[in-house]
Amino acid sequence: MNNDVAIQVANLSKYYGQLLAVDHISFTVGRGELFGFLGPNGAGKTTTVRMLTGVIIADKGSASILEYKAGSLKAKQVTGVVPEMANAYADLSGWDNLMLMAELYGIPASVARERGISLMQEMGLYPRKNSLVKTYSKGMKQRLILCMALVSDPEVLFLDEPTSGLDVQSTRLIKDLLQSLNAKGKTIFLTTHDMDEANQLCDRVAIINKGKIVAIDAPEKLRMATSGMHSVEVSFDNVVSPEVLANIPGVNAVKKLGDKYRLYTANPGELVVSLANYSSSHGLKVISLNILVPSLEDAFVALTEKETEHA
Amino acid sequence: MPETALVREQMRRSLVIARKDIRIYYSKGPVIIFGVLFPVFLFLSFTIGRQLSVDFMIPGLLGMVLFFTATSISPIVVPWEAQARTLERLMSCPVRIETIIIGDILASFAFGLGISLVPIILGLFLGITVASPLIFAIAVILAAFCFASLGPVFSIPPTNLPATINMIASVVKFPVVFISGIFIPLDELPAWGQAVAYISPLTYFTDIARYSIQGRGHLPVAVDLLVLLAFTALFLVVALKLHQRTMPRRI
Repeated sequence: MNNDVAIQVANLSKYYGQLLAVDHISFTVGRGELFGFLGPNGAGKTTTVRMLTGVIIADKGSASILEYKAGSLKAKQVTGVVPEMANAYADLSGWDNLMLMAELYGIPASVARERGISLMQEMGLYPRKNSLVKTYSKGMKQRLILCMALVSDPEVLFLDEPTSGLDVQSTRLIKDLLQSLNAKGKTIFLTTHDMDEANQLCDRVAIINKGKIVAIDAPEKLRMATSGMHSVEVSFDNVVSPEVLANIPGVNAVKKLGDKYRLYTANPGELVVSLANYSSSHGLKVISLNILVPSLEDAFVALTEKETEHA
Repeated sequence: MPETALVREQMRRSLVIARKDIRIYYSKGPVIIFGVLFPVFLFLSFTIGRQLSVDFMIPGLLGMVLFFTATSISPIVVPWEAQARTLERLMSCPVRIETIIIGDILASFAFGLGISLVPIILGLFLGITVASPLIFAIAVILAAFCFASLGPVFSIPPTNLPATINMIASVVKFPVVFISGIFIPLDELPAWGQAVAYISPLTYFTDIARYSIQGRGHLPVAVDLLVLLAFTALFLVVALKLHQRTMPRRI
């Protein structure tokens, strides 16, 4: 196996009864890469993470973490996991949860204590380290679970929706930590619904829909490759009907957004010229005009909808 | 890593899981009080009013306490953890499924052993004498481990509802108490009653306890110990093998 590869997945599949939840997916994640895994609800994201972290067994295909078979004790030893909607033990303190994890990973007590203090300080939990977890807020619990995943200093980190439903402060703390871990060379496999988060953090993203990978690329490349999703946002000093705007050459679709119109086009440069010509010939004054490139969310919607139509 | 070193490492992690179970599930006042009171009251309800000697009552009471306490929490730990969403975290740690189950068994074993001291001390206080302390101690330890191994067998069905598992456990546990020579000595049972009694592991422990305290048993002690050992091995193999299949289905 190539030493530059941290996660290798080949034809991985999982059935739940008759349902093919994950359908022969293949991809690789490089060492030190921050890899995003996006998809709508029920697309197979969590099932994939669970197969890679050894919680459930794949029906077909293979996967490896560093050079170890996914799910083996060695693979688990080099992996940290933040499962979706996981809980720490509510009847133990935050500190005891952290030390429990360290013991389960066989980390020497002195090293665990040192790391535990540093992680809890970084995540803003140290002042409450001896409080029972049942007294923690949701954000504190999620930050603790991240500390629990990091106490073994793993080479590869799996996070399944780590910031879902969290307050801004906790989300920012977690994002900052992920960026700093990635800068230190850790490989991070991040499942998220948040397109901004994926766009800001990930080197590459994979989009999964109905159990199949529909695209893998850098977020910027995915955005730019989304044809027909470029748009121009324009507002005039007078009322213009959307039907009239739809007849301007190069306009694929029109959407009214308050006092503005968003015009979708494959060629925004040409459309700007057409709009200038239209406004001067009809005695209209352009109040504002912005060229918008597709967001990762646009790319995600386009790719997942295209796949659904094909199905 | 050589297999023996790996086994040692996993055993250490089983102990970590056992310690976690004891702190979270067993070290609660109500669990301890209920663990002692429930079998005591059940036992008294069937013995009060009968002219029974302390020598007869204590082995039966000890058998019931040991059986009920060692099988009280262990069946519901796994469904509880799945319901509380702590199981996935545990399963993603570098521990085998067998390591988790053995940890649960060890916690249950320690709890059963600790609570069984209550009827033993009560018996000593009431004047019983243990004729064969070594055999008695071996029997208590073996039986505690045997009954603790039975607990996870009840939780093999992959439901995450502790109440369902408790119901399954109760359906088995209560009849076992009545067929194991606790209330009626094996010698006094008809042949068919004795045949039924032989399918219960509790029968063999009660028989050794009677031998140790009353000075006579129904079966040779070596047979009792061997059968208890065989039941322990059977429960362990069934629990470890079948949880490997069903535990991932709880997630």
